[in-house]
Amino acid sequence: MSLTAPEPADRWRTVDIVVAAVIAVAFGALFQAWNGVWAWTEPLFRFFWPAQALLYGVWLLPGVLAALVVRRRGAAFFGGFVAAAVSLLLGSPYGLDSLLSGAVQGAGAELVFAFALYRSWGLPAALLAGAASGIGAWLHDVPIYYPKVDIGLQLAYGAFILLSGAIVAGAGAWLLTRALAETGVLAPFASGRRQRPV
Amino acid sequence: MRLLVPLVPDPGAILARANPVAKLGAAAALMLAPLLAVDLVTATLLLAGELAAVRFSGLRAAALARRAWPLVLVAVGIGLANGLFPAQSGGSPLVAIGPLRPSGESLWVGVGLGLRLMAISFAGVLALATTDPTDLADALGQQLGLSPRFAIGTLAAVRLAPLVAVEWQTLGLARRARGVDAGRNPVAAVRLFGGRLLAMLVGAIRRGTRLATAMEARGFGATPSRSWARPQRMRGADWGLIAGAVLLAAGASGLSLALGSWRFVFG
Amino acid sequence: MGEIRPAAVEVINWGWRHAGRRDWALRNLELRIRPGERVLLLGPSGAGKSTLLAGLAGLLDTAGGGEAEGDLRIDRIDARRARERVGIVFQDPETQLVMARAGDDVAFGLENRSVPVESIWPRVDRALADVGFRYGRDRPTAALSGGEQQRLALAGVIVLRPGLLLLDEPTANLDPDGARLVRAAIARLAAGAGATMLLVEHRIEETLDLVDRAIVLAPGGGVVADGTPADVFAAHGDRLAAAGVWVPGHPIPAPKRASHAASEVLIEARQAGFCYPGADRFALAGADLDLRAGEALAVVGPNGSGKSTLALLVGGLLRPSVGSVTPGAGIAPGRDGVSLWTWEARRLAGAIGSVFQDPEHQFLTGRVRDELELGPRRLGLGKVEAARRSTELLERLHLGHLGEANPYTLSGGEKRRLSVASVLATAPAALILDEPTFGQDRRTWVELLTLLAGLRDDGRGVVVATHDLPFAAALADRTVIVDDARVTAA
Repeated sequence: MSLTAPEPADRWRTVDIVVAAVIAVAFGALFQAWNGVWAWTEPLFRFFWPAQALLYGVWLLPGVLAALVVRRRGAAFFGGFVAAAVSLLLGSPYGLDSLLSGAVQGAGAELVFAFALYRSWGLPAALLAGAASGIGAWLHDVPIYYPKVDIGLQLAYGAFILLSGAIVAGAGAWLLTRALAETGVLAPFASGRRQRPV
Repeated sequence: MRLLVPLVPDPGAILARANPVAKLGAAAALMLAPLLAVDLVTATLLLAGELAAVRFSGLRAAALARRAWPLVLVAVGIGLANGLFPAQSGGSPLVAIGPLRPSGESLWVGVGLGLRLMAISFAGVLALATTDPTDLADALGQQLGLSPRFAIGTLAAVRLAPLVAVEWQTLGLARRARGVDAGRNPVAAVRLFGGRLLAMLVGAIRRGTRLATAMEARGFGATPSRSWARPQRMRGADWGLIAGAVLLAAGASGLSLALGSWRFVFG
Repeated sequence: MGEIRPAAVEVINWGWRHAGRRDWALRNLELRIRPGERVLLLGPSGAGKSTLLAGLAGLLDTAGGGEAEGDLRIDRIDARRARERVGIVFQDPETQLVMARAGDDVAFGLENRSVPVESIWPRVDRALADVGFRYGRDRPTAALSGGEQQRLALAGVIVLRPGLLLLDEPTANLDPDGARLVRAAIARLAAGAGATMLLVEHRIEETLDLVDRAIVLAPGGGVVADGTPADVFAAHGDRLAAAGVWVPGHPIPAPKRASHAASEVLIEARQAGFCYPGADRFALAGADLDLRAGEALAVVGPNGSGKSTLALLVGGLLRPSVGSVTPGAGIAPGRDGVSLWTWEARRLAGAIGSVFQDPEHQFLTGRVRDELELGPRRLGLGKVEAARRSTELLERLHLGHLGEANPYTLSGGEKRRLSVASVLATAPAALILDEPTFGQDRRTWVELLTLLAGLRDDGRGVVVATHDLPFAAALADRTVIVDDARVTAA
């Protein structure tokens, strides 16, 4: 059995579903706990959005990471959406809006991987996916949070999110995937295959 | 950092007994209306309607408030952001420094947008706080035809959420025990966070892999269909819930239209 | 209602190599198990026992890159196509339970097999009764003890009426009470139904009356011994014990008592207690404890009693909700009264080494050598000194050949030794270990005993929080009991 032939990206195994979900759950739980801690500073962030936008990438991580680890069609969308759903189940105060958020962010990343025909999982794809996820986030945030704000600021916000998405979510997810592969925990996945036998 | 504490509704309450899909549908209708309209009237009416529904939820107001207060703070922030930095075409500004140009009108718009955010979000909070995750997965699989492998696979992962939270805390303590903390250095703080995140993911993924194996060993996913031990269906009251929500959404929007205050989000 | 049909097992010249490995886990394995037999599977760690069980359960997948040879047959059908005939219970209860409520979890398997809903709940109730589950269907799984969770996992497996029941170290993660619960459940099943059973266990003594046959496997090879347990232990007992198996009749090594009296106080806890935020009762009520240099102190009690909380408090990692934990003269001469939890992390690690129950929680780097050098570097010692210490520790703890490996890829015993070594690298005066023998085989157990006794004789203070009573008895100069958040001296 060849170790390097790419697996078809369509068929999700049980382990793909559960691990993609677990990644989303881990972030969802982190977000929710973080929501509590950051609650006092969140409104400040929403107000001084440059600072928030730089951190935004962390919210975009689960979608890109799930895709890079599991390498299946729909994984990016699934990761982003389920992370939002989990934070919602765990008590996020943003209601169904967080689902909308997660869906749009995940969809952004998903489009990039789809465009690459689900065969590109390296750093360039990750950076683009993170950035696209950020665009999705921006498309959600402006009508919901900042519909009446000065257009220049809306665009600046977008620029910051794009950057944060590419760097924190894109490069961050790629680095995490590589580090995870080295721990051996990704053995059931193509993303974790070693080149040399141990 | 507090561990995630679930809200437990009184199981006899109307909303607690309602079908999960019905609740989602109702909440979706109540999210759509304020999404499309940015005026104060629509937002206020909808929010009032949603708050009135709290008495049917079987949740204690204090517990709900504890969960929802970050929303209020964020709404205030949104109000300020939109109120203080409005687009060019606003009324006569009180101050004008670059994009900072608040006016009486823009501040009212800000208040409306803050209330709108709360109206968008709150229905969903109520719906989810009165819904058990297992029931939700069952309902999604049985009624909406969502793939059971995805619904139940995700549910299984969700069960691990409290373990993940505990592990995050333990990892923090373990780092202190090794003599590692970030101190004042922001770069060190980022690296420490990244390392902690990695360790958490390793644990989470390993658990997920083992769980997937155990699920497959019990026949999960072996056949395309499965039976359901906890049947979920829509009853009259559930349709009534959706109808009520749609009525509230339409009514609030309609009233706002009649008063001439309704404003579309774009434009 | 169906009865259980015990399955026959045939292993025909079978071998398996995991993806990415050079060596075969098992090779040329020949085995026949008759329907209804109860077999104990033995062998040193790494002998492929779990691999064989996974293969019999039809869970090994060549699509993942692994390689197979030969045949595995359940009732003459290839194991990969006979999954419904087999049920398997793993050692970690947390990662086997799927649902949030007990009854739902047992029903899970029946749902997967499309059993009609009218039949599901009666079968669930029957399975729960068969394992002696004490609670109702609505019991949240998170509220169960480890032993109860494992019983529930067992119920979830037998509700499907498998002809072959595989148990992969079902009590390894449990405290003595939990292990007892699970063994009782297995005994009930063995007495009644009659499925063929294949059991892997490290602590064999208590399982002897559950089995009638013992088979010993060799790493990378096949069957080394096969017969009644008594015969097998008589012929191979010594070798098995040396390889890490807890062979009955091979007593644990003699206790290692301190040669000198304990001297100065290292850590003082006065009425120290802790309550987790949001909890309604204290995890640990006010405890008084002194740790002195040159003594080994055991803190014993069942899981959930508050031992770990005490260990965290004494290690200066948690802020006491009540009372205080202060350093004694042995750690901070002349500076008494300053609580340990206020100490800067760096300084704390130089004085007290805390070793967590799960070694992976304390891995901070991607290389074993870096793990060992991290502590000394944090203390400001130069590169040369750090390298010297790490080399010495690699040797001392038999990790010499693993210097470049990623810590997560080590075996269970190696990870445990690495976590202890990395804490020793800062030469702390006090050492606090939470369940150090958890999941370890006999060999590592003995190594840890010798190592900790040696550290104690060197003049350090050692605290071990554990439910492993023989280990505590062998090492400790003093014992303290924790039960239900209260501490009493033994």
